[in-house]
Amino acid sequence: MKFLDEFRDAAIVRALIGQIRGATTRPWTIMEVCGGQTHTIVRYGLDELLPRTVTLVHGPGCPVCVTPIGMIDLAIELSTRPKITLCSFGDMLRVPGSTCDLFDARAAGADVRVVYSPLDALELARREPIREVVFFAVGFETTAPTTAMVVHQAARLKVPNFSVIAAHVRVPPAIEAILSSDDNRVQGFLAAGHVCTVMGIDEYRPLVEKFKVPIIVTGFEPVDLLQGVAMCVAQLEEGRAEVENQYARSVRNEGNVAARGLMAEVFTFVDRRWRGFATLPKSALALSDRYAAYDAIRRFGLTQTRANEPIECRAGEVLRGLLKPLQCPAFGSSCTPDHPLGAPMVSAEGACAAYFGAGRLAAAATEAK
Amino acid sequence: MCLGIPGRIVRIIDEQGLRMGEIDFGGVTRKVCLAYVPEALIGDYAIVHAGFAISRVDEQAAARTLELAREIETQLAEENE
Ligand code: SF4
Repeated sequence: MKFLDEFRDAAIVRALIGQIRGATTRPWTIMEVCGGQTHTIVRYGLDELLPRTVTLVHGPGCPVCVTPIGMIDLAIELSTRPKITLCSFGDMLRVPGSTCDLFDARAAGADVRVVYSPLDALELARREPIREVVFFAVGFETTAPTTAMVVHQAARLKVPNFSVIAAHVRVPPAIEAILSSDDNRVQGFLAAGHVCTVMGIDEYRPLVEKFKVPIIVTGFEPVDLLQGVAMCVAQLEEGRAEVENQYARSVRNEGNVAARGLMAEVFTFVDRRWRGFATLPKSALALSDRYAAYDAIRRFGLTQTRANEPIECRAGEVLRGLLKPLQCPAFGSSCTPDHPLGAPMVSAEGACAAYFGAGRLAAAATEAK
Repeated sequence: MCLGIPGRIVRIIDEQGLRMGEIDFGGVTRKVCLAYVPEALIGDYAIVHAGFAISRVDEQAAARTLELAREIETQLAEENE
């Protein structure tokens, strides 16, 4: 397929690995922020092809994973109320809340449905006017514009029985939190190409100036990721710290102007606690007062519980890049995709699921022998 | 969910005031919202995420990225000779 196959070309991949090997004189630790990137890296084994001096750590870029358990509990509680139809992306329904997940709620009689696009949820509301259709909206700045559009469309078409639980989060506050923490070891970032497709790259300039770390806006295919790593290593070796754009075929400096415009109208920044992180200032998007009528949290008077994560699950450390999935004692034993203990094992973008899917446990066992 | 992938726009329609269209992903066609890519035309490639096109793929930029990568390949091949 065009724009996919060329960016998976094995000869180019080998050449880029050679380039990185030749350019690296010291050990460097680089974090890829997006869960989609983590999957490409693990699936193609890019981390194993890189010289040992270059360590890739996986970041918090799985939106399902960073959604706090209290938010999931809130959605589960709402789904059990009469006349409610709760919809979300498939991954979200399997993330454990403090007692069960949304699929369990469905098995117990709640009307919980999987949608592919937020527009499907709005369509459902129009088809079934006697039900209250609530879209549980998770995702980074890539997904937030899709929610903005349906909320705007619901208001325009005056759909009274539609609302959203807005659980969207922003990437820059998470990068800031990682760089500010005492145990940080990340020296450069591959920023998420699709987040920047929407937001542009200016948000990253203050971070580069404050923390003096290179940030490379990077795409999702093997060639993209290795080119991103090569650009990052080049900056680190030369002592530079700049924002560079590897993913120019999709990312313009100003981002997607139409999407940003509607996001600014529909959302407002709020502080939020993330799974694995403390409360991060201005890290989340809630519906603005203008669209309060479509805010399920206000419409149904919902409050977040302060439930804690199961102690066995080390998702917090995995999400901050402090622990690799294989270092979690539960990985592959008490925690598998069929019986996940934590969100990173559930989501298609979670680091633990990526490792499991790529058969890393078996590989590690063979190596140990 | 976050794995935006590129596809080719094959149809553009208006649905209740929204710019919608059909995008072909290597043989599989899906309905997609095109409101965020007002500049995109039939035949263009767009990156699609959660049922929305979020950017029109800049073919020249794509070609430049690949060219840069291929130069490295040639360089390395020469060094190894
Ligand atoms: S392997 Fe399972 S228990 Fe361990 S961090 Fe990942 S999700 Fe949590």
